[in-house]
Amino acid sequence: MSTYRVLPGPEHFLPPAAASMGIRLPNPGEAHINGAIVSEDQAYEEAARQFLMAKVPTIFPGPLVLWAWNEKAAKKATAIRHLFNTMKECAQPGQKPMLIPMPDYRPKYPKINPEVEINPNHPNLTIWHNKIDCCMFIGVHCHQANLSLKIIRGGTSCYTVAMCAQAGHEDAMLSFRDASVEKIMKLAETIKRLKGTVELRSNSAKG
Amino acid sequence: MSKERIQISEDLYDIMPSDYQDLVKSATYGKEDRGWKDIGTSKELIEQHSLCAGCPESMAFRYILASLPNPEDTVMVGSTGCTSLVFPMVAVHNIHSLFGNQNAVASGLKRALSVRFPDRVKDVVVLAGDGATVDIGLDMTLQAWFRQEKFTTICFDNELYANTGGQESGLMQKGFVAKMAPVGKLFDKVRLPEIARESGCHYVVNCTVSKPSLVEKVIRNAVHVAREIGPTYLQLYTPCILEIGKNSMEGLQEMRDSEKPTERFAYKEFVSEPAKQLLAELAAKDKERKAAAKQLAGKA
Repeated sequence: MSTYRVLPGPEHFLPPAAASMGIRLPNPGEAHINGAIVSEDQAYEEAARQFLMAKVPTIFPGPLVLWAWNEKAAKKATAIRHLFNTMKECAQPGQKPMLIPMPDYRPKYPKINPEVEINPNHPNLTIWHNKIDCCMFIGVHCHQANLSLKIIRGGTSCYTVAMCAQAGHEDAMLSFRDASVEKIMKLAETIKRLKGTVELRSNSAKG
Repeated sequence: MSKERIQISEDLYDIMPSDYQDLVKSATYGKEDRGWKDIGTSKELIEQHSLCAGCPESMAFRYILASLPNPEDTVMVGSTGCTSLVFPMVAVHNIHSLFGNQNAVASGLKRALSVRFPDRVKDVVVLAGDGATVDIGLDMTLQAWFRQEKFTTICFDNELYANTGGQESGLMQKGFVAKMAPVGKLFDKVRLPEIARESGCHYVVNCTVSKPSLVEKVIRNAVHVAREIGPTYLQLYTPCILEIGKNSMEGLQEMRDSEKPTERFAYKEFVSEPAKQLLAELAAKDKERKAAAKQLAGKA
């Protein structure tokens, strides 16, 4: 078993792909935290704790949920909004939850506006600008999510969560797999349940 | 992709950047008589471009995107060059190919789309510079025409390799001295419009982009002919103002000067017999549709 752990960075300019360091993906019903396989329930608790601890917990919805491709996508969007509203309700003083979209993957010229969007080719800009210290990717195609997660791990100290609709992401610090409306709602419930039990992190994201 | 499917999820609509909201609200996808006159009143399918200030290529891009008859079902194929800097900002499906490969990529794409969507009109439009079309990619360009591939090839002819500093290209005029071609071009500009006609293109036009109405007309014609009959080719003069020593305000005049009857971009058009017939039919239908619309408006 690998001794490598997927931890908040900045790791270095080109962090290794976690898969190449021996990190494997969870099986159905499991998740991973820092590269170690855990039960999904454990992951809900940890993700909720990270969100409640962060000064700027942020959800990054991607094109798969931002655009209403089908009924399922629209329902996931509703669940994401519910999760964000829950984060806001449970926010402690000094905490500022954000919901920032990744509408598409094209490299944008002359630059993106980091206040309103995130781009997978330079996600660190949005994270630095908004001082985001915990984020969750959802509805981002796997290859773009992997790219972003690696860049974030390389250049920022942001804690990354992936709510993946496929097999999960090794490059996130915490990853769910087979994301569904129910799983998003369960995360929201867990945040609500743990409200008041977690202290706000004292230092914000470094980069 | 049908335009009905390009909808933002209601619950996340408010967080979408305004350019995406505008695209859904007021772009001209699906509008039958879309054209350059929509520029300024509807959301354009090109966001901020990254070309130089006053670049005629940016005008050409705007006119072309405003004139495509079926943008939601069009795939554009680009190649290396200034155009490749613009494609990321374009709200039409597009593919960037290897330098010169654009017509080979478009051939496969068009065939695949015909198999995958047999009941849907899918247009493929190649848009590349003169280096990609005439020098590096001439083989692919010609072979696609020989094979009668049903797509449109547009060449943005700036008569040199612009974004690498001004090297000589096949479409450069004879005697021209560029920054990276100090001796001056020794042979004539390649006569690609004539080659296109002889290679089997059914609709060929050589012109500048100084007149938006003309660009609109030739784009629509070229796409319609390519859709129904066979390959079409447009060679549009988009001078590189930096490389020919002009200021940003002088691009339009340069094009006007180059389209005079004795100049190299005097309007030139070749239309095959089947294409002529098709265009006449389309014009008649269009006239009929407009008359009916007018009558309806009169009644209302």
